[in-house]
Amino acid sequence: MKNTILLGTRKGLIAYRNGRAGWAVENLSFEGQPVSIAYADPRTATWWAGLDHGHWGVKLHRSADRGKNWEEVPAPAYPEGAEITDGQPAATRYIWSMAHGGHDHHSRFWIGTDPGGLFSSHDGGASFQLVESLWNHPTRKKGWFGGGRDQPGIHSIVVDPRNEDHLHIGISCAGIFETNDGGKNWEVRNQGLRAEFLPDPETGVGHDPHILIAAPTDPDVLWQQNHCGIFRSVDGAGNWQEVSEPEGPARFGFAIAVADDDPEQAWVAPAHSDGNRTAIQGALCICRTDDGGKTWKELRQGLPQQHCFDIVYRHALASSGDALVFGTTTGNLFFSGDRGENWETLNNYLPMVYSVQFTD
Amino acid sequence: MPTVRFTYALKRFFPGIKDTPASGRTLAEILHEMETCYPGVRSYILDEQGNLRKHVNIFIDGEMIADRLRLSDPFRENSEIYIMQALSGG
Repeated sequence: MKNTILLGTRKGLIAYRNGRAGWAVENLSFEGQPVSIAYADPRTATWWAGLDHGHWGVKLHRSADRGKNWEEVPAPAYPEGAEITDGQPAATRYIWSMAHGGHDHHSRFWIGTDPGGLFSSHDGGASFQLVESLWNHPTRKKGWFGGGRDQPGIHSIVVDPRNEDHLHIGISCAGIFETNDGGKNWEVRNQGLRAEFLPDPETGVGHDPHILIAAPTDPDVLWQQNHCGIFRSVDGAGNWQEVSEPEGPARFGFAIAVADDDPEQAWVAPAHSDGNRTAIQGALCICRTDDGGKTWKELRQGLPQQHCFDIVYRHALASSGDALVFGTTTGNLFFSGDRGENWETLNNYLPMVYSVQFTD
Repeated sequence: MPTVRFTYALKRFFPGIKDTPASGRTLAEILHEMETCYPGVRSYILDEQGNLRKHVNIFIDGEMIADRLRLSDPFRENSEIYIMQALSGG
């Protein structure tokens, strides 16, 4: 298990560290400011914070010393003339995802934004350029739309560790896109998904994958918690199979995590329907599958089971070895050291939690 | 020469920010000038397309500007230009 948990919250970046006395807050940065995502780059141990100032726009900061000092770097910016739709100028509205570019591309860094632009850096994050090939994809202006946010947004960036020019990204709402050449060309990978909120649920583009992840031990196994269920692919997103429970809670939600030693084991954080977006029957549970989604087990020990309204946002559930952590919309932070069988509360009084990440 | 005055909220990000005389002939020029005085401040006031951010207001001699897109509102030789945050959020 990694011994640091990095949180992006509505009122700052918070780092917990596991020591002799258990988990304790090591760092609080940007107190009072919304941190849309906090990300630690494992290659350099650099911490990144995407800030969503209500007044002053989206900002990007990085720290080389575990949050003691921060440097503001230029946030991803859309080039002059870029348009969301015809006549609607594009400007960065939100930083929604970050991913390092891999060990063969040591200076490469990816950022996904609302309104739908993917940005890459080739200088370690000192500057970012819009990935024009995706921005100019023929499906974008007519086939992408808002979901979760008012405009399309890129919330998932999955870099294949076997070939770091091979990426899958997740867009709400558009779906899954794949590149095999470092972002020069993109293919749609939505075969098998359903978009029940559209007149044609089997549309090519317009799906709402809430989050996309790959199994570290077999990157061809991809999982997504979709607006319309839980889906899994075993062929690198070529085909998706639904693995939701027909009756049980494992169906609607936002977050998903996969074990770092087993592509068949994954966790979801179920929520009550897109109409409600609350804990199901006032009780919080995490569901785990050990068999690739054929069956799901409800894990409730130590979690509130009445009068609870928490749900878990898409980046707010993470695993590391036997450890799991998740943060909720009402500011609770829960930890499990045994793959979700038992939970302990790390904090009941946090701001709304946007992201969690295990790091060293 | 007009004077630019900033909301106290910007002091958090630009600790040295203070009332600053400006010589630009348009509001857009003045904001460009402020960027020279306080590197990075322009991106806090305008987005990358040059539009005033949604929750930022600019007042010229107490009047809110009308043109948030092109920043063409006129001002006088001794005008006071206030850069304020809108009251929003929670």
